[in-house]
Amino acid sequence: MIKNILNLGDAALYCDFGKEVNRETNTQVIRYFKSIQRENITSINNLSPSYNKLIISFDLKKTNFKDLKKIIENLNITNEDDLKNKQIEVPVCCDENFALDIVRLEKKLNLKREKIYENFFSKEFFCYMTGFIAGMPFLGDLSENMRAKRLETPRVKVPKGSVALTEQFANIYTFESPGGWNVIGNSPLRIFDNSKETNPNLINPGDIVLFKEISKKQYENYNE
Amino acid sequence: MILFYLKKYQKNSMKIIMSKNYFQVIRAGINTTFQDEGRKNLYHVGIPFSGAMDKRNYLLSNKLVGNKINSPSLEFAYQGPLLKYFGNKINIAITGDVNFKIKKKDITIDGNCYQSLNLENGDEVDILSTNKSVYGYLAIGGQIDLKYQWSSCSTNTKAIIGANDGKKFENEQVINISKLNNQSVERKLNYINTKIENIRIIKGTNFDYFSDKGKKIFLEKEFIVSKLTDRMGMRLEGPKIENVIDTNIKSEGLIKGVIQVPADGNPIVMLSDHGTIGGYPKIGVVISADYDKLVQLSPGSKIKFKQIDLSSAENLFKLYDLETQNLISQIE
Repeated sequence: MIKNILNLGDAALYCDFGKEVNRETNTQVIRYFKSIQRENITSINNLSPSYNKLIISFDLKKTNFKDLKKIIENLNITNEDDLKNKQIEVPVCCDENFALDIVRLEKKLNLKREKIYENFFSKEFFCYMTGFIAGMPFLGDLSENMRAKRLETPRVKVPKGSVALTEQFANIYTFESPGGWNVIGNSPLRIFDNSKETNPNLINPGDIVLFKEISKKQYENYNE
Repeated sequence: MILFYLKKYQKNSMKIIMSKNYFQVIRAGINTTFQDEGRKNLYHVGIPFSGAMDKRNYLLSNKLVGNKINSPSLEFAYQGPLLKYFGNKINIAITGDVNFKIKKKDITIDGNCYQSLNLENGDEVDILSTNKSVYGYLAIGGQIDLKYQWSSCSTNTKAIIGANDGKKFENEQVINISKLNNQSVERKLNYINTKIENIRIIKGTNFDYFSDKGKKIFLEKEFIVSKLTDRMGMRLEGPKIENVIDTNIKSEGLIKGVIQVPADGNPIVMLSDHGTIGGYPKIGVVISADYDKLVQLSPGSKIKFKQIDLSSAENLFKLYDLETQNLISQIE
């Protein structure tokens, strides 16, 4: 449930679901997100679900903080069927040319790369949110021994398709972008398709992601 | 390009050829893009709002040429484009605080903002600079042949989204006009852009992450707009704002106008093309009524933040909106 609704500036509601970052809290955020989406409230401009927050930005010409807050507080929130998670398999090639930070990560985590990859590929990930850059999924949770900080100096260009880790999360760079996550491989799968008018994102909040290792050859011959 | 038109000529009737109207971009300018009102309901996908930075000037430009108010227009920053026009008589208007010239066959005239004017075949528009401001708008009386992406043609060059293949203008490209407005009435508005140094803000959701001294600095000291300012964000320089809780927060959504303070203590204001998620504490949010003025502050400008409450901000927005509507209705 929403713990508290504050105003973020004069044209957004800041809904706080609590301090914890876990699947239960995030599932609540996503339920609200989907329920509000379904209402088609025309004064709402944007919804930004994240780990434990939901920001609702609105058109100040059509409504205001107080009125919209009342609507959100009295909304019927869905709690089942439409939240069925999609399961997506993402192929990743861990060739040295792609695994830009694996050496650094071995040192940082004090784990051999075989072990890092074993941990990574045996895990089932949950998509908490998408964004920062178009379609980038924030996937969790990595086990305690796999959690590393960001690079001290972020890369100016992280290659498109890079699969990277930081703290308890994994993500996929949907296109070339600056970034500071630890890159361990690259996926040939198209995660964001800007030619699609609806649902340009392959992975959406609430989805389950499994990574599958592929060889360099499979990567090169990959055909969607 | 010539080949392309030849092919068209062979294929199509004379009538269509006659109505072929276009601008040739001789000089692209520093950052010229197509913009409209922006795109909604895509933050959760990771796609920002975009759209014209200075909304009032964008709307006025369209009204001056008799377009639908939310039609795409050309947004330029600092130095604008040099365009050569080919085709039937067309109506254009430029808004903002802009120096520009119209080059006709025999004469060159200084252009006036907020006044529509006609271009004839072979005329050139040379947008030299924005005057102590950043953005200006050029509206074209007619329909520009553009691709819409998610109900908007706003170009976001960082995400490579929108009209012009998601890119800013390049030299030698062409702007095709698919339809001219019927009449080219001359329209005019008396309007001067006022400049302000004081930008009003509402306290952000992490205001208490900062020390008393840090809060005081934020609300009382002067900051300078740095060169690292673009459509995504405005970086400010000045006395450092000290954080006493944590220099990171759990990543969460952003909206335009949010002022984040990263570990280095220098505030960054999120602008229309901002990344949709961020992990730095939010010290404040610029009120909606002051956003158009904020984006016009060029690098080197001074800026001071003044804190107000929500209901004052809402009232100021009503005033801003009334004034905008008023200006629009003055153009007929």
